[in-house]
Amino acid sequence: MEKKQCQCGHVNPPGTILCESCGRSLTEKEQNSKLVDMRYEGTARRSQTYNKSIIDKVWNFFSSVKVGIGIIVALLVAAAVGTILPQEQYVQVPVRNEATIKAYYSDVYGEVGRIYHYLGFHDLYSSFWFIILVGMLAISLIIASLDRFVPLYRSLKNQRVLRHESFMNKQRIYGKGQAPEDVLEKAETKLKELKYNVTLDKNGLLAEKGRFSRWGPYVNHIGLIIFLFGVMLRMMPGFYVDETLWIREGETRAIPEAPGYALESKKFQLETYTGEEKDGAFSEAVDRVGSVVKNYQTDIVLYKKAEDGLPGEMENMEEVKEYPIRVNQPLKFDGFAVYQMDYKQNELKAMNFALTNKESGDSLGELTIDLINPEKFYELENGATVELKGYYPDFSGFENGEPQTATPLPNNPGFLVEMTTPETPKGETSFILIRNTIEPFGENQFKLEFQSAETRNVSGLTVRKDKTLPILGLGGLIFMIGVAQGMYFNHRRFWIQQKANGEIVLAGHTNKNWFALKKDLDQVSEFASLPAYSDQQEDIEMRMKKEGEEAL
Amino acid sequence: MTLAAMSSNFLYAAFICYLIATFVFGGAVKGNKTGTYNSESRWGKTAFIITIIGFLANLAYFFTRWGATGHAPLSNMFEFTTAFGMTLVGGFLVLYFLYKTPVLGMVVLPVALLIIAFASMFPSEVSPLIPALQSNWLAIHVSTVVIAEGILAISAAAGLVYLLKVVDLTKKSKQRFWLEAIMYSLVLVVGFVAASTYFTVTDYEANFAYVDKEGLDKEIAYKMPPIFGMNEYEALSEGKMTPLVEMPAIVNASKLTTVTWSVILGTIIYWLIRLVARKRISALLKPFVKNVNLNLMDEIGYRAVIIGFPLFSLGALIFAMIWAQIAWSRFWGWDPKEVWALITWLFYAAYLHLRLGKGWHGEKSAWLGVIGFTIILFNLVAVNLIIAGLHSYA
Amino acid sequence: MNEKKKSKKKNRVIMRSVILFLLIAAIGYTLYNNATAEDVSVLKVGDQAPDFKLVDLEGESHQLSDYKGQGVFLNFWGTWCKPCAKEMPAMDRQYEAFKDQGVQVLAVNIAQSDFEVQSFADQYKLSFPVVIDKTKSVMTAYNIIPLPTTVLVNPDGEIQRIITGEMTEQDIEGFMEEIKPQ
Repeated sequence: MEKKQCQCGHVNPPGTILCESCGRSLTEKEQNSKLVDMRYEGTARRSQTYNKSIIDKVWNFFSSVKVGIGIIVALLVAAAVGTILPQEQYVQVPVRNEATIKAYYSDVYGEVGRIYHYLGFHDLYSSFWFIILVGMLAISLIIASLDRFVPLYRSLKNQRVLRHESFMNKQRIYGKGQAPEDVLEKAETKLKELKYNVTLDKNGLLAEKGRFSRWGPYVNHIGLIIFLFGVMLRMMPGFYVDETLWIREGETRAIPEAPGYALESKKFQLETYTGEEKDGAFSEAVDRVGSVVKNYQTDIVLYKKAEDGLPGEMENMEEVKEYPIRVNQPLKFDGFAVYQMDYKQNELKAMNFALTNKESGDSLGELTIDLINPEKFYELENGATVELKGYYPDFSGFENGEPQTATPLPNNPGFLVEMTTPETPKGETSFILIRNTIEPFGENQFKLEFQSAETRNVSGLTVRKDKTLPILGLGGLIFMIGVAQGMYFNHRRFWIQQKANGEIVLAGHTNKNWFALKKDLDQVSEFASLPAYSDQQEDIEMRMKKEGEEAL
Repeated sequence: MTLAAMSSNFLYAAFICYLIATFVFGGAVKGNKTGTYNSESRWGKTAFIITIIGFLANLAYFFTRWGATGHAPLSNMFEFTTAFGMTLVGGFLVLYFLYKTPVLGMVVLPVALLIIAFASMFPSEVSPLIPALQSNWLAIHVSTVVIAEGILAISAAAGLVYLLKVVDLTKKSKQRFWLEAIMYSLVLVVGFVAASTYFTVTDYEANFAYVDKEGLDKEIAYKMPPIFGMNEYEALSEGKMTPLVEMPAIVNASKLTTVTWSVILGTIIYWLIRLVARKRISALLKPFVKNVNLNLMDEIGYRAVIIGFPLFSLGALIFAMIWAQIAWSRFWGWDPKEVWALITWLFYAAYLHLRLGKGWHGEKSAWLGVIGFTIILFNLVAVNLIIAGLHSYA
Repeated sequence: MNEKKKSKKKNRVIMRSVILFLLIAAIGYTLYNNATAEDVSVLKVGDQAPDFKLVDLEGESHQLSDYKGQGVFLNFWGTWCKPCAKEMPAMDRQYEAFKDQGVQVLAVNIAQSDFEVQSFADQYKLSFPVVIDKTKSVMTAYNIIPLPTTVLVNPDGEIQRIITGEMTEQDIEGFMEEIKPQ
């Protein structure tokens, strides 16, 4: 494609629609249209002008608005498909692995679920094609913006005051007619009063307001690109931490991925609305639903190891703060945040037994076995003792006669004890389980009788650190500035020229809100007695409507 | 009178004002012959004032309820939907203030009435907040979203007026079909309100035991005669209708029953209207839009989107992400409600690009406005009631 | 004029190629990260082994850096973990053989009670020091997920090898040979 020289003498880049200098239409299509296409000020969108190499072709592909919209729609549809059935992370399976998840989909949703899973829609948003789509959107954002911003910036920067009449009379707002001598000065005064920037050149003026709103789209695209960049960083290792920490009341635990920090759980509590007193207003709702949770809370103490402290050194921890972690009120420290996410109530903590004579039922005293940190010897009245020989917190059966434990948690505690009393000085051995006692060496005289249990609660906490948050926040902020700039402001322009014969030609353009533009022009017209103008687009439609009615 | 009772009375008052204003706007439209930018008649002014009174009552409902519950009344289906009706009227008032178009009121107010009526079918007693919602972000995030959606919905109203005027109803066409489909779906909402009201007033309740999709035994109370039965259901109440069909576990047969009753009643009402009027509902409305200025409607539709889109981005995405980071530890989790907010946003982004980049003005733009509203409604109704997720508070 | 035009065109193609290349590379890299996200472990072979200090059943402190110049056979275990229990006797035998050659065994129990650990050590008659990581801080520092996991630390204090799962006596012998000071 060749450069285009306009009749006015200005040489325009190839592909230009309206002469950059005087505004004459340069293409035949444009010359024949009733209204001028002002979308990019008639500049050449860069990409369209070159279409030779593969690089150019790829570039042009991404530069096209049509392709951009296509990508948006594709993302929209894909996103919607992902909500037909729940995504994998929201599926509840007892044991989480690929097979159980696959089975879940076909068991619960039948054939549809099976196909859904087969197509990979159960994890749609991290599928490679979804990421590629988002990536293509990013490319399109960058290239399309670059391609349009540069020429638009140039043409708005180099605007001429005097435009060719063919440019003026193809504007939507256009007027022509006689006017008093001082019309230009008066129009200038009024326009300046209305906060327009007025430039004068010979016999004409250009009044302009809110040009910066034209950059809105590019600013918001920059915001989106920064946001997507943050999302990309987030996928790299080390940019964010997402760990789960189960912590029991009374435990102190190192915080995963937060070296040097530890948490102690003092207490977990769950409160519900009573529907009485202070929550009296809610009694009806509480009655209907049954029970509504008011608060999940873990009271913690945060510790930090001393500067020269090492992992594992208990005595070298310094208390940083006490804090109640609640939903919506995470604990924050050093860029980390710890959230109240889950809980388990009433895990066994200690069990109370009474050493009793099986025959008489007489008790020789009680003992408490701490399930978390059991003692070896327990001394009772009259010189009776109980010795703990073995402790199996989560008893799962015997193997080669050895009791086994499945986990370190006291879910199903089993104790091997030796009871010694004045009556049985040699000692009696007994294996105690919940609701069951085994006496491996024959019938005993004494038994440990279960009295009561103490429990504790477990808090499920989530530990997060996300280094990309500032980037995402910045992207969001710039995006918002961009959309506000582009949408809550508009770019209004008036061109007024006084011809040699005193006749006035005026034209107006705005990128949106023609209503307000006309209001401005009405004020200027009244003050400076400008010739009457018309909205040519409305005229065209009126004419078409009339023709249509006549045709009937 | 308690604050909560006062609050409901204000809502009634607002409802009645909107109802009256609808008819006055209708009168104003009939009286308006010019259809220009400043075509406000005396009727129009009267209707506008009634609407403002209604809106003030609506606001009074909102803030007295806020006082009664101690939190922004945006926490469940009833509260959010009512607020949506309110912001729809609010959005209309803003655009009426700018453009003085009674015809818009004639469309928006009945829709707002339907939305508020729909909302009232959900449990409306003041309810406490679950821990996840106990945050100032509830007021900030949800109110921004609901205002944005109210304004975006105006774009659909303007679009509907535009379509009522331009779509040729004398010839068979896709446009004619879909326009009537919009009217029909509005009548279905009436059907839902009618069915719910009838069975609530007659105090219908039938209890069933059933097995849910996780294989657990559950119980459910039907508020309408069971057409569909839950998976492996067993009747617990005597002398009630036996379900006609049993559904598999993944389908909530109780909700399906409600939908079916609404469709049945709505369809009956729809055909009654058609039989009485002897024409389509769109044809019934056509005379009202005779003098509408198409350019103006197009501009209102577009204006509503450009006012609503930034607000929607702020409320439904940015504030949402900030709150999600605080409450759920991650700013984005692909929860269905989040995804549908994103879909809505993408849709309006496509709308803007089609309009600015591809020159989709007029009719195409009007259709897009209507589709946008459908997506918003889908996110409000279907995502809350059908697709279970973190946002299912109703 | 023509020359200028040609070089301009060349510049354009180069610029576009670079931009496109960068963008596509970014997407490729993102996809790669997405696919491998789960395999990232914090500690790698060759890293300096994080120092720690834990107390054994006799109440004596063991600091990893005290064993510099010796190979350290760091075994993370729990009493409920069957493979852990199985490899203990073999470890003990090999410890007897290698302890005079500068190989130290430290068995790090994960946050269990003194009673359980003591009973276990008595039952298996373990001769090497058994320490308890009460707050799981060493486990966290070493990013230990499955048990048993054994970390071999060479005399320079670097991680020589990380073994997850049960080891045979032969394995153990070979590993001790590996970290034996020259």
